[in-house]
Amino acid sequence: MKELVVISGKGGTGKTSLMAAFASLAKNKVLCDADVDAADLHLITAPTLRERHAFQGGHTAIIDQEKCTRCGVCQDLCKWSAIGDDFEIDPIACEGCGVCFYLCPEQAVDFPLNTCGEWFISDTAFGPMVHARLGIAEENSGKLVSLVRRKARELAESKHLDIILTDGPPGVGCPVIAAVGGASGVLIVTEPTVSGKHDMERVVQLAAHFKIPAMICVNKFDLNLDQTNAIEGFAEENNASCLGRIPFDPIFTKSMVQGQNIFEYDKASETGKAVKQLWDKIREKIGC
Amino acid sequence: MIISIASGKGGTGKTTVATNLALSIDSDVRLIDCDVEEPNAHLFIRPIFNKTETVYTSVPEVDLKKCNQCGQCGDICQFKAIVVIADTVLTFPELCHSCGGCMAVCPEGAVTETGRELGVVRQGYRNGLEFIHGELRVGEAMSPPLIRAVRSFSWPEKLTIIDAPPGTSCPVIAAMKDTDFVLLVTEPTPFGLYDLKLAVGAVQALNIPSGLVINRSDIGDHKVQAYANEIGLPILMEIPFDRRIAEAYSKGEMIVDTMPWLKDAFLKLYRDIKVLVES
Repeated sequence: MKELVVISGKGGTGKTSLMAAFASLAKNKVLCDADVDAADLHLITAPTLRERHAFQGGHTAIIDQEKCTRCGVCQDLCKWSAIGDDFEIDPIACEGCGVCFYLCPEQAVDFPLNTCGEWFISDTAFGPMVHARLGIAEENSGKLVSLVRRKARELAESKHLDIILTDGPPGVGCPVIAAVGGASGVLIVTEPTVSGKHDMERVVQLAAHFKIPAMICVNKFDLNLDQTNAIEGFAEENNASCLGRIPFDPIFTKSMVQGQNIFEYDKASETGKAVKQLWDKIREKIGC
Repeated sequence: MIISIASGKGGTGKTTVATNLALSIDSDVRLIDCDVEEPNAHLFIRPIFNKTETVYTSVPEVDLKKCNQCGQCGDICQFKAIVVIADTVLTFPELCHSCGGCMAVCPEGAVTETGRELGVVRQGYRNGLEFIHGELRVGEAMSPPLIRAVRSFSWPEKLTIIDAPPGTSCPVIAAMKDTDFVLLVTEPTPFGLYDLKLAVGAVQALNIPSGLVINRSDIGDHKVQAYANEIGLPILMEIPFDRRIAEAYSKGEMIVDTMPWLKDAFLKLYRDIKVLVES
């Protein structure tokens, strides 16, 4: 079984729009939205919920005010300044490290598991989909990313499906590292801007660091041909394969507004042809 | 005053708003780029950097001669970063959250601090603008401690503008927390609206006053405007789509240089934010 993870470094380069288009092209797949912080793929794939589960990523400390003697040991130990002058814990600042819970001399701190999100298995017109929603201002996005990817893999195995299409998060930090480990390949969607190029360079380094084969696609390539050429030059020098260019085309926004991918919106667009060519090259590259 | 500029969705124009706002004001202003995973503001500001500092986070180092294998360090650690196996102790510094629990709990004083490199903080300037950013080491997972290190350069007596990372989880919270105003930037599309709602939830959880900039305000539909009006989120600025803006951005040019009328619009944005913060 293969897994393609779409990432970008910079946000808003078109990861999810392309992923939604691939959903129409790939056969026998599971869709997986691993951008748990701001998951958007469901806005196009319109999933029907089949399973809904709580995600418990970690613990949050709570002080029992009856038992607390205000000795201040916890405040001195807490590296997150989460314990206020009134000995109430700010749940947003609390990292869930348990130091106050373990070291309170009065055992006045409780440390319950915290439900910090949900994950779902759904049906879509394109096939099954695993997705999630991290609670607002919550920690542990990396754990939730690993969880949805594991569930997508289990689903693909049980249904004998060939490929997992995973929509990844922006950036290079914790959730991205959790999204790329063990993937068959990453498709880096970038745009020909100074920031698109800068951020693409960092994700190419990240993919190399974790030894994941990297493929590049330049979206909105005609916005700045010099930048497009520079991006492709950098990619080739750094063993990332340049698989295609997608034009700057309002069809992506128009179809999104309709809740459709570009093929549902228009079966025969020129941009659709470029996306199809890109998909064929990806298949060839990762062997599916 | 500290203004943070945030959005749930990436690529909506946070950096464009942060840099052009800062440059339009251009005196007694400090711009801090907290998107340490993918810092971009310097590509547009092009500051002269004059100081670079490597930032470390504390991780455990175990003196096996002192260790009696009691296992308390492994019990307290919530992140599986330290574990006693047979007669040795293994540490996994990349998993460590630097809570100091293992050091505090060890009865033998066998656990001491060493450092893991998070990345760098750079300081620079351009004319009257002071500039600071952080850059996470590629391969490093934890951005919040580096974001907090960058945030420590805030200058609340004057004006600090913070360019926050995308999303709604810990890195964004680290960038927005304890700021006086959150300026949200979105685009009028279904993705922009959905992620704006998440960002509004984060701002409400932190109880910070906020306002909205709608970028490429004519590309999608009108649901973002309708939502903002419905929840009473003031729309402070709308920037229409213009290919000249997109091309200027692609080259790393400031849009206030390409379209000088925008400078007055950014100054008005600043005045409106001041009124909202002071009221």
